[in-house]
Amino acid sequence: MEGQSVEELLAKAERDEADKLQRITVHKELELEFDLGNLLASDRNPPSGLRHGEPNPEAELRALARDNTQLLINQLWQLPTERVEEALVARLPEPTTRLPREKPVPRPRPLTRWQQFARLKGIRPKKKTNLVWDEVSGQWRRRWGYQRARDDTKEWLIEVPGSADPLEDQFAKRIQAKKERVAKNELNRLRNLARAHKMRLPSSAGMHPTGHQSKQELGRALQVAKVSTASVGRFQERLPKEKAPRGSGKKRKFQPLFGDFAAEKKSQLEMLRVMNSKKPQLDVTRATNKQMREEDQEEAAKRRKTSQKGKRKGGRQGPGGRRKGGPPNQGGKRKGGFGGKMNSGPPGMGGKRKGGQHQGGRRRK
Amino acid sequence: MFGSHNKKRPNNLVIGRMYDYHVLDMIELGIEKFVSLKDIKNSKCPEGTKPMLIFAGNDFDVTEDYRRLKSLLIDFFRGPTVSNIRLAGLEYVLHFTALNGKIYFRSYKLLLKKSGCRTPRIELEEMGPSLDLVLRRTHLASDDLYKLSMKMPKALKPKKKKNISQDTFGTTYGRIHMQKQDLSKLQTRKMKGLKKRPMEKIAEDQERKSKRMKKN
Repeated sequence: MEGQSVEELLAKAERDEADKLQRITVHKELELEFDLGNLLASDRNPPSGLRHGEPNPEAELRALARDNTQLLINQLWQLPTERVEEALVARLPEPTTRLPREKPVPRPRPLTRWQQFARLKGIRPKKKTNLVWDEVSGQWRRRWGYQRARDDTKEWLIEVPGSADPLEDQFAKRIQAKKERVAKNELNRLRNLARAHKMRLPSSAGMHPTGHQSKQELGRALQVAKVSTASVGRFQERLPKEKAPRGSGKKRKFQPLFGDFAAEKKSQLEMLRVMNSKKPQLDVTRATNKQMREEDQEEAAKRRKTSQKGKRKGGRQGPGGRRKGGPPNQGGKRKGGFGGKMNSGPPGMGGKRKGGQHQGGRRRK
Repeated sequence: MFGSHNKKRPNNLVIGRMYDYHVLDMIELGIEKFVSLKDIKNSKCPEGTKPMLIFAGNDFDVTEDYRRLKSLLIDFFRGPTVSNIRLAGLEYVLHFTALNGKIYFRSYKLLLKKSGCRTPRIELEEMGPSLDLVLRRTHLASDDLYKLSMKMPKALKPKKKKNISQDTFGTTYGRIHMQKQDLSKLQTRKMKGLKKRPMEKIAEDQERKSKRMKKN
């Protein structure tokens, strides 16, 4: 008896559940595609009830809309919810529909001057701690910024160095020096930014809005202004001591078709001789410069690779041997000065120069 | 969006979008029937609610024109992208049906009714403007320009989770990388009976010392 009633109860409960669910279930042949991030639903089923070209399909459209919306709401109600200020809020996923962008993807920026240099030399940023122990205040303080550990400007006593004027204000001097450093940093930052945007900016006459321009920029602006006349600068007079600008004139110079026969014969024979000779003719300076540049870059890349691998394995192997021997790059990059300056070079560099002269490639161990 | 009316093209509506300061896509639609907001007399939903968009009809996937139109309409009507949404605030539905060469655009206001379970039952009330549209001319971007405009920068691409894989049965496997262990210092279960007694320890030490002497 009891068993029967229990079964009955269960059956009744099932029927109730089915009834409830009936109110919100919709039967469709093809499942809809949902993009909940955009609150979007796409129904692929061909709308069957409306094929006849009825004059007023409103009711059918409405029924179709109701069904589709019910399905979308079912999906939305299944999202994880939270209660924010007595309102039930569902967390939406990322939208999956890919839509075209309005502006193109930003191009990678050109490297700043420091980044180029660091890349060439293989310098990587050292990892520094955020806080530094400050003896004076007896606590951990920032390395830089507000309330930093060693603040120059907050000192109450500055010794006047022996070489300075006793009546000079050392405090003001320090503040002035800091201001200058800040201004210089800002200028460099803006220059880097300008270099990054060089392609985008309209190349106007080249006048800078703030008036701070380098000599080359001013020269270029002057050139452009000169040439922007109706006769392309032909009748513009030059100032008494002004020199002709660099880079003006024909871009390529061609020898006249027939002129100096002897010179032409000589150059042709020279070319043939070079082509025939077994030994390759080596331009020593260019070769050494190229070699130096390559070696620099290789070592930088190798150091970058080893540090990366080392980091992954959980320990740094240490940078591969640092080169010793002063500023060798400067010695090598002076083009065409090797042979001529052999005698007048500083004695310390004599050995390197000699090595450079005889063997183009090997200049250091 | 641009609307015009001339003798040749009555009741024209042009929807378009831009990419890189140039026109990417433009689609011209003709309005056949129009019912405005004012003509339907009932309460409206507040301006600026994010609408739900529903596209019905398999035409929207078959033809390239219709696919672009769908993408254009989504772009146009979807509203700002939000991460959370208040469930009670979902009031507005835009329903597009593609049928017999016409596109029926209807907007409905949502009424949530009680159903037995947590998810409410939906009743719709026609609210907003409704249009019957016909596709006229299109000016679509070429395929490669479209592809270019869809390019996403690396930062926005979803990041792949590393060291997690799934096999065919759906079991998820993870990979853990460990440092090298010093096996001599492993901590095992302590069996009291196997503990070295002090006498044995001394004997071992003596053995080792004698071995070393022999080698030297």
